[in-house]
Amino acid sequence: MAKSVETLDEVTIRFAGDSGDGMQLTGTQFTNTVAALGADLSTLPDYPAEIRAPAGTTYGVSGFQIKFGSTDILTPGDACDVLVAMNPAALVTNVKLLRDGGTIIVNEDAFTDKNLKLANLHSNPLDDGTVAKFLVHRVAISKLTASALDDLNLSTKFVDKTKNFFALGLMYWMYNRPIDQSVKFIREKFSSKDPQVAEANLRVLKAGYNYGDTTEVFTTRYDVRPAQLPPGKYRNIMGNVATALGLVAAAKKSGLELFLGSYPITPASDILHELSKLKEFGVKTFQAEDEIAAVCSAIGASYAGALAATTTSGPGLALKTEALGLAVMLELPLVVINVQRGGPSTGLPTKTEQSDLLQAILGRNGEAPLCVLSASTPADCFHAAYEAARIAVKFMTPVICLTDGYLGNGAEPWRVPRVSELKPIPVSFAKNPQGFQPYSRDPVTLARPWAIPGTPGLEHRIGGLEKDHVTGNISYDPDNHDLMVKTRAEKIERIADDIPLQKVEGDAQGDLLVVGWGSTYGAIKSAVDSARARRRSVSHAHISYLSPFPKNLGEVLRNFKHVLVPEINNGQLIRLLRAKYLVPAVGFNVVKGLPLRAEEIEHAINEILGGKNG
Amino acid sequence: MAESVEAKLTIKDFQSDQDVRWCPGCGDYSILAQIQRVFPEFTHKRENYVAVSGIGCSSRFPYYMDVYGLHGIHGRAPAIASGVKLANPALDVWVATGDGDGLSIGGNHMIHMLRRNVDIKVLLFNNQIYGLTKGQFSPTSQLGQITKSTPAGVIDPPFIPVSLALGAGATLVARTMDRDPKHLQEIVRRVEKHHGSSFVEIYQNCTVFNDGAFFQYTEKETRDDNVVYLEHGKPLVFGKNKEKGVHLNGFTPEVVDITTGTYSVSDLLVHNEQDSTLAFILANMIHNPALPRPMGVFLAQDRTTFEDAMQGQIAKARAKRGQGDLQKLLDGEESWTIS
Repeated sequence: MAKSVETLDEVTIRFAGDSGDGMQLTGTQFTNTVAALGADLSTLPDYPAEIRAPAGTTYGVSGFQIKFGSTDILTPGDACDVLVAMNPAALVTNVKLLRDGGTIIVNEDAFTDKNLKLANLHSNPLDDGTVAKFLVHRVAISKLTASALDDLNLSTKFVDKTKNFFALGLMYWMYNRPIDQSVKFIREKFSSKDPQVAEANLRVLKAGYNYGDTTEVFTTRYDVRPAQLPPGKYRNIMGNVATALGLVAAAKKSGLELFLGSYPITPASDILHELSKLKEFGVKTFQAEDEIAAVCSAIGASYAGALAATTTSGPGLALKTEALGLAVMLELPLVVINVQRGGPSTGLPTKTEQSDLLQAILGRNGEAPLCVLSASTPADCFHAAYEAARIAVKFMTPVICLTDGYLGNGAEPWRVPRVSELKPIPVSFAKNPQGFQPYSRDPVTLARPWAIPGTPGLEHRIGGLEKDHVTGNISYDPDNHDLMVKTRAEKIERIADDIPLQKVEGDAQGDLLVVGWGSTYGAIKSAVDSARARRRSVSHAHISYLSPFPKNLGEVLRNFKHVLVPEINNGQLIRLLRAKYLVPAVGFNVVKGLPLRAEEIEHAINEILGGKNG
Repeated sequence: MAESVEAKLTIKDFQSDQDVRWCPGCGDYSILAQIQRVFPEFTHKRENYVAVSGIGCSSRFPYYMDVYGLHGIHGRAPAIASGVKLANPALDVWVATGDGDGLSIGGNHMIHMLRRNVDIKVLLFNNQIYGLTKGQFSPTSQLGQITKSTPAGVIDPPFIPVSLALGAGATLVARTMDRDPKHLQEIVRRVEKHHGSSFVEIYQNCTVFNDGAFFQYTEKETRDDNVVYLEHGKPLVFGKNKEKGVHLNGFTPEVVDITTGTYSVSDLLVHNEQDSTLAFILANMIHNPALPRPMGVFLAQDRTTFEDAMQGQIAKARAKRGQGDLQKLLDGEESWTIS
């Protein structure tokens, strides 16, 4: 039977299964293939904190969402077009994310009495009306997988573990994507270790693809054309990888050795993993005994002349608090990457949130100002990490770079910069003992000299006690303390002279400015673009530099009648804006551990502008 | 360019211009003096020494040494020092700490630094009390000790610092005393020569809050009968007239008289610095008040240092994959071009 091909501008697919079903791998494979064919895309891995929650239960469901298209893709999608559900628990927990009329592909073999019971279901959702609004394809994925492998004499348990590749193969067929890249991946990953594993996975992948081709159930395939992206070399990149590369690039451009002191914490550990692989770049990674030792080792390394960084997530940043105060006092360069997650306390370790902004800016004892900036998209993590290092070195200060779980684990195509395009990071260590004073300052940046051990004639002592403003010796003098408190603050303020002015997307003045920071960029831009298409007077300002703010931010805000600040917290940026600029900003705050949805932001825009929501 | 006058360093080269502000009579003065006396003997250039500390009386030490110094935060000196050493292994890194800083708030950092065998020299000034916070008990205070925070007596048993360091895997573990300058100097020389984590417990008298805590070991009248000096390859002999020795009965050390004919020097325990089992036995002698207190090097072993292993991995990666091409790294393995 001939199959028709329909072209789509964009599509959102969600893979869902047990956390042991390999859904993250399936999603990543699909993403890489889609990316290499030139589509724009955005992904959202959504997995539980438990490594292997009991199979079949709703709290063990792991999901991976990808939106890709020939258009500018800004978010992983509000509602899905397609849901691939490997068991009843995956179906019932994810079906609410599917748009009306969307497509469901289920592994019908998994809808056993046992699995229904594990998912706490009293009836089969395939038959009780739960999926009535959708187009449902029941596929015997387990049986088809088993029959593809029946001559290989493999254990049932092993066979079951390969079924995700069946789903992947089927989706490749549906979306007219070649399987080559995944074939290559399977060969590279498994062939040398266990040829039989490679063989089994390949067979199942092909079985899934061929199933789409031959069965009469599927009559239509879909095609998504490459996106119109600016010319250049592209790759698909996850935020945490981009962060790691940003640090390596900064080290290379500054001529410094990169030292990372880190303690494993979700969702930041991938940065440590990435950097620990890059030893040929001279990167030194030190997995410390705890978060405190991680940051302290970085401070020690910075003192000794390395480009020092520490990576963590919310609770880890809390533990580093005291050491950050020390770094402020010592005035040494230090990059702190905080991949924010749901809080407080242990909170939602695998979910995203923007609730560490005030902790980053204000969360230390004493007056301890430092620089804070943020990344807006997964690929932007590269730029943010690079910029954090550049500022840290130039101003001799700790810099906190905020990303979050969604950015860290999410992926998008990235136009890879040429190394020669990157801003230079000049470093000059103090060398001359003539008139050397540890706390003398550069007249422009107020940075003190970086005088590293091993330099003859510059032997000096620094520490956490208040310093004399010139000699750096201990000083309890009241006037000196007042001067130092103000000088440290002034130094951070002067960073504003070194960063770009705040840009506005849309008109520079109007009825409403939507102000965001961090990972809400895509959702806010989608909402604002949509409102502007309906001729609303709305613009978007996304703040990357949070401490200090860009110099023109007050002016930008005052050019609008209303200011709306959507955040995945209970209102943190808004407090800073209100306090500093005295603008009557309004917040939009949803704190579910998930990215904001464009639709809900647009709703909030309409509420302010008095338009219709429908 | 700095002048390259290779003059021989003297004690004055290591004295900073800061007034020393410890209490009059504090044991810290002697420790500082012995170190300043011994450092000029060493081969390092002055600019290659780094002294790192945390918080407490002992942690003021870096301010008084005219070398690179970092006075950090409470308990974190081993972590800061690790970063310094890993970033630049050519530096000679020393940590000055105390029983509170190093074993209480910083206990975790201490054991892990020792375990890794980072080449850092730790001098732990043990005065069995919190001095800078004015007299609370510390993790080495003795059971029953009356302090500001234990008016009814200390109820938690003390750490044995030497045992802790041995257990953590330090490759040089020693004990000495503020009031025995020659021995203290000798130990500092040993530590300087050692390549790996060194841990030196120094009995230090706090004149204000715990005066005389170690007098039975440090004072002339009682020292000979209460202290046995450990020397590699030599029997454990002590006493005013060298009339006593330590004999090993199974795994249990006991004091024997070598003048009565029952025991002779050849029956005595002979010290072997490389024997870690013996080191633990010697460290445990503290639990039996009838035994003398060992001073000296308990253990000195050669083991690959952490920084050497780290550099080794970098060298290996470079031998295999070259120096690292940043553009290639950024481009990644799967990229595509849009023109």
